[in-house]
Amino acid sequence: MKILSSEITPYKTFLNRRKIIKLISYSSLGLLFSKSAKANHQENVDQYTNLLDKDDTLNNFEEITNYNNFYEFGLGKEDPAKYSNNFQPSPWSIRIEGLVNSPGDYHIEDILKGVTIEDRVYRLRCVEGWSMVIPWQGFSLKDLIKKVKPDNRAKYIQFETVYRPEEMPGQLRNVLPWPYVEGLRMDEAMHSLSILSTGLYGHNLLNQNGAPIRLVVPWKYGFKSIKSIVKMRFVDNEPTTTWSKVNPREYGFYSNVNPEVHHPRWTQGTERRIGEFYRRPTLMFNGYADQVSNLYKGMDLKKFY
Amino acid sequence: MYLSSKIVKRLKPIIFISFLIPSVLWFYQFINNNLGVNPIDKLMDKLGEFTLQLLIFTLIVSDLSKLKSLRSLQLLRRMIGLFAFYYVAIHLLTYVFLDHFFNFSFIIKDIIKRPFITFGFFGFLLLLPLVFTSTKKMLQKLTFKIWKRIHYLIYVVILLGILHFYLLTKADKTEPLIYLFIVFVLFSLRIVRKFINPQVDQF
Repeated sequence: MKILSSEITPYKTFLNRRKIIKLISYSSLGLLFSKSAKANHQENVDQYTNLLDKDDTLNNFEEITNYNNFYEFGLGKEDPAKYSNNFQPSPWSIRIEGLVNSPGDYHIEDILKGVTIEDRVYRLRCVEGWSMVIPWQGFSLKDLIKKVKPDNRAKYIQFETVYRPEEMPGQLRNVLPWPYVEGLRMDEAMHSLSILSTGLYGHNLLNQNGAPIRLVVPWKYGFKSIKSIVKMRFVDNEPTTTWSKVNPREYGFYSNVNPEVHHPRWTQGTERRIGEFYRRPTLMFNGYADQVSNLYKGMDLKKFY
Repeated sequence: MYLSSKIVKRLKPIIFISFLIPSVLWFYQFINNNLGVNPIDKLMDKLGEFTLQLLIFTLIVSDLSKLKSLRSLQLLRRMIGLFAFYYVAIHLLTYVFLDHFFNFSFIIKDIIKRPFITFGFFGFLLLLPLVFTSTKKMLQKLTFKIWKRIHYLIYVVILLGILHFYLLTKADKTEPLIYLFIVFVLFSLRIVRKFINPQVDQF
């Protein structure tokens, strides 16, 4: 059989086949046809995949580090990655104050000495209706709480993000009252799912993800998981939180992921998992109901949203 | 300087293509996954904002065409208006197809439940009569007086578009307020002009 030279694929095109295939499957339209199209950029994916829940796949490093809500660095989703280069996450300390027996400034190195860093693969559900699956490294928040010995009157913890407008350009504008504050009820904070994270995918947290230390509370909307924490105040009353101060009708103190609680701006019944084409149904407590629903026994979650 | 209608007619194809380009570019970026990690949201935002800009642009063009030397710009207004419709149609299609994949029972609930979608959708509906009556034939059929009345709807459409944008914005409302300011200036100009010279038709 004679093969015409024009039928032979040019060498360059031949080499590019994979690139072309990748390009097609990478595209969002490609996602329609293949769910496994996502390529992960990091090496140690396997160690996280056995921590995955059924129906979940990991989001890749690029997605997790380039699509962030961190208004301290700007309002756009890509702003935190773009405008956080000047931020200095080291040296760092956290001020512990309020109703505790061991208040003071704790260097992050000292905090990390007494704890075990674990891998935790969690879903993160943003109140805006998108979600990701992230392999965090961190330690149980309760380990730090025990260390600082809160007294019996302490019922809540208020957390505070660093205020450094010279390093965080978003803070130059008053889009939110700075510094950003968040809070948890003591039993929520003591829950074994609540962690303080210092890394993801085996890297130290990048600035846009809340370096050097942030909260992760996977059954609540993402904004509860406050970033770049410099202060923890133990208090006896429900503390103010930034979003509920700005817009109390839309954001409550609890802000548990709840497909039943209506939000005027975003649908909470479904979500778009970043990297997927079809929306998914949103699960009660972001799929962690088995572990956390007992925290809210007897509470009207429509009232305490 | 005087801009003849001949020149405008000649430039029309070029202007047409330049208004088409953003949609082609965004489509290309979309299928090549160059719109960030949440491309559907980004595409919708771009299409929506460009629609608003085009709608406002129709007002500016008709204002400019009130100047004697630029009267021939009138020839462009319909095209720009129809482009606004083209972009808002893809915007809506993106929402229906890419965002919710034709889940109509959900979409209907979404339109009713979420004010920003309600207003946006209402704005789209009010744009339809303008599109259907955009031909010369329809203008003659309806008589200019009625036709003009229908086309006053553009003001409502623009305000609904801005409201739609304002309500979906979470924290920083600067951008929608800038649009509102521009539209406020354009509206006031019209009112003033009408007051000074009530004979002239303006809309």
